[in-house]
Amino acid sequence: PSSHPPPAARTSFSRVLSSKRNLGILSVVGGSVTAGFLLHREHLSAGPSVRRLYPASAEYPDLRKHNNCMASNLTPTIYSKLCAKVTPNGYTLDMAIQTGVDNPGHPFIKTVGMVAGDEESYEVFADLLDPIIKERHNGYDPTTMKHPTDLDASKIHSGQFDAKYVLSSRVRTGRSIRGLSLPPACTRAERREVERVVVDALAGLKDDLNGKYYSLTQMTDEEQQQLIDDHFLFDKPVSPLLTCAGMARDWPDARGIWHNNEKTFLIWINEEDHTRVISMEKGGNMKRVFERFCKGLKEVERLIQEKGWEFMWNERLGYILTCPSNLGTGLRAGVHVKLPRLSKDPRFNKILDNLRLQKRGTGGVDTAAVGGTFDISNLDRLGQSEVQLVQTVVDGVNYLIECEKKLEKGQDIKVPPPLKQFK
Amino acid sequence: IKFGGFFFKNCHNDYKMKFSLDEEFPDLSLHNNHMAKVLTKEIYGKLRAKSTPSGFTVDDVIQTGVDNPGHPFIMTVGCVAGDEESYEAFKDLLDPIISDRHGGYKPTDKHKTDLNFENLKGGDDLDPNYVLSSRVRTGRSIKGFTLPPHNSRGERRAIQDLSIEALASLDGEFKGKYYPLDGMTDAEQEQLIADHFLFDKPVSPLLTCAGMARDWPDARGIWHNENKTFLVWVNEEDHLRVISMQKGGNMKEVFRRFCVGLQKIEEIFKKHNHGFMWNEHLGYILTCPSNLGTGLRGGVHVKLPKLSTHAKFEEILTRLRLQKRGTGGVDTASVGGVFDISNADRLGSSEVDQVQLVVDGVKLMVEMEKKLEKGESIDGMIPAQK
Repeated sequence: PSSHPPPAARTSFSRVLSSKRNLGILSVVGGSVTAGFLLHREHLSAGPSVRRLYPASAEYPDLRKHNNCMASNLTPTIYSKLCAKVTPNGYTLDMAIQTGVDNPGHPFIKTVGMVAGDEESYEVFADLLDPIIKERHNGYDPTTMKHPTDLDASKIHSGQFDAKYVLSSRVRTGRSIRGLSLPPACTRAERREVERVVVDALAGLKDDLNGKYYSLTQMTDEEQQQLIDDHFLFDKPVSPLLTCAGMARDWPDARGIWHNNEKTFLIWINEEDHTRVISMEKGGNMKRVFERFCKGLKEVERLIQEKGWEFMWNERLGYILTCPSNLGTGLRAGVHVKLPRLSKDPRFNKILDNLRLQKRGTGGVDTAAVGGTFDISNLDRLGQSEVQLVQTVVDGVNYLIECEKKLEKGQDIKVPPPLKQFK
Repeated sequence: IKFGGFFFKNCHNDYKMKFSLDEEFPDLSLHNNHMAKVLTKEIYGKLRAKSTPSGFTVDDVIQTGVDNPGHPFIMTVGCVAGDEESYEAFKDLLDPIISDRHGGYKPTDKHKTDLNFENLKGGDDLDPNYVLSSRVRTGRSIKGFTLPPHNSRGERRAIQDLSIEALASLDGEFKGKYYPLDGMTDAEQEQLIADHFLFDKPVSPLLTCAGMARDWPDARGIWHNENKTFLVWVNEEDHLRVISMQKGGNMKEVFRRFCVGLQKIEEIFKKHNHGFMWNEHLGYILTCPSNLGTGLRGGVHVKLPKLSTHAKFEEILTRLRLQKRGTGGVDTASVGGVFDISNADRLGSSEVDQVQLVVDGVKLMVEMEKKLEKGESIDGMIPAQK
């Protein structure tokens, strides 16, 4: 890749960041060695750089009523070690854990309780993030393991479901633009640059991916209504998990939605991540959904690379996103599927567990199922590739449909043996 | 200015300075608040490199106003202070906002403080058939600590510890007890709710976007005296909110207790070398610029069913320098013709001046209500602009 972007792309921004981009490119080639290289970037200040009037013990949060991954892993020792550290962009531990301090959690749902403000957060606060990642990703050890990336959709087999059962298929992930801070920490200028870089790249998509961008600040009333009717429009976050992490600042500045003309490929800009990428269609053709997903992602990546940008990625953690729960593939592949009989069977949850699938209501996370129709998707994000996870969903959903058919005929079903987690 | 022996560098702001003014300037095209009306690129450009000694920046000041465009009818302030020094470091932005909000108050004006309750005339004879309750509140910030939008857990806890110690030394009519928000029993909580004392985690985005609800409920609490007539909130929107109140119309007594209690508390904090933030230009320094000066809201719940529907009601209030609210407080509607009537001013007049306006104004309005009950006209009673 050229180290001198073409003149048209030379905003003051790109001049500022050109050194970062070269480092970024090195990290794709050099792997984890570059992580340390990134850490030695320009020191912004000498002397006390984080406001610390009180000792760590006086600042340590009260987590006695808390039930989230951050609270389970933030010991006073780790807090004391990390509380004076700061990333090159000025992000601190207190900022990263604020959402987990402010949201003690739910007795049943264990939230993560911490976010990253930039790519470097995952290095600077590794003493806390590594155990959280291990806990959240079912034992994936970021200090020893490598994450595989595979976006070759041709490897998927049996990826077309019985449309009598599967109403719709969808694959989503996120991507972050290297060199720009993440939504909890980004400045208005950075956020606007993310929008520019991504919208610029999307304008280069052709054929079935050709589409249009709708900025939240500038869409017309008609456009807004259409986006609502299509169920594409995202709103200002109201969940305190997100607002306490600072992700809704300056709303709706530099936020928007892009989708292709066919309404099967959709990108959210500057919501919870720099980008959220969604491929979907009605019916059960998961293979085609995933093919479009991979093609679109690779095209967008190629287009941003032409301008000297790239996605945040490393071989330890895969794709870098705001929430540690979305590391690795950041991928959730799922279907809306009718399982009225199976869902009433007492073995349903065990079957899902063994297939490494999770269920949600059809309104998404935190909703209940309606009329026996469930959102079924992969549990895992990190430690397996995109192809592996989508195949898991394909195999699993096919199995669930077989169970439903058996129950329809009055036959018994079997709980499948548990899948091996890291392949 | 040094702070704890160090200058605190704001790394995040240093990083931000690499981006251009145009790229960082907020989009305020849909906004209607004092900050949006005052903030130009020029002012932003002048202030964006600055940081108070504790690390508060202009972006921190304005974030709540950027995130909350405002209401077409209600003009919010749209900015907060993070520490005492904010009012100095960001003068170029805050002085014009203060002027707009406080009736043209100039950077060279001096604010008068008068907490001598004996200077209040009358106020003990408001008709209890109309005036259901009387209340005076203010806020105080403790010197040497940063304010709720900015303070760390360690600072907030130190503020709580100091406040508990100060309040525990009060006696006589001010003898009372502290209830920490995260330590009270269920029975205590229910009693505080029944007394209408308990404050909850702020839900208003005006406050949450300014960072005032961080770490809730850590180091927050409520103190009140045994008689339940003097109440202090610790670490809500300000370091301290101080409230004196009672049923009925004896505003004189409410104000006496207010002044005496405040001064006792101030003495104790001074002994600990942490007096209240105050200067002769802005009076008492609080988080929101709207509460500078006295920070005082003195008011009554008063039945004015006829007067409140009179065509000249709003005009009368304006001339009397009073404001109305529903009985649930700011942003609520009145119920059954009962209104919360209080002083509109905070800065540029003293505590005694402001409570005097309430006392005189409410007395006049009750007389007007009585006239209207008898079917008589009140045209001859409309006051001149105070």
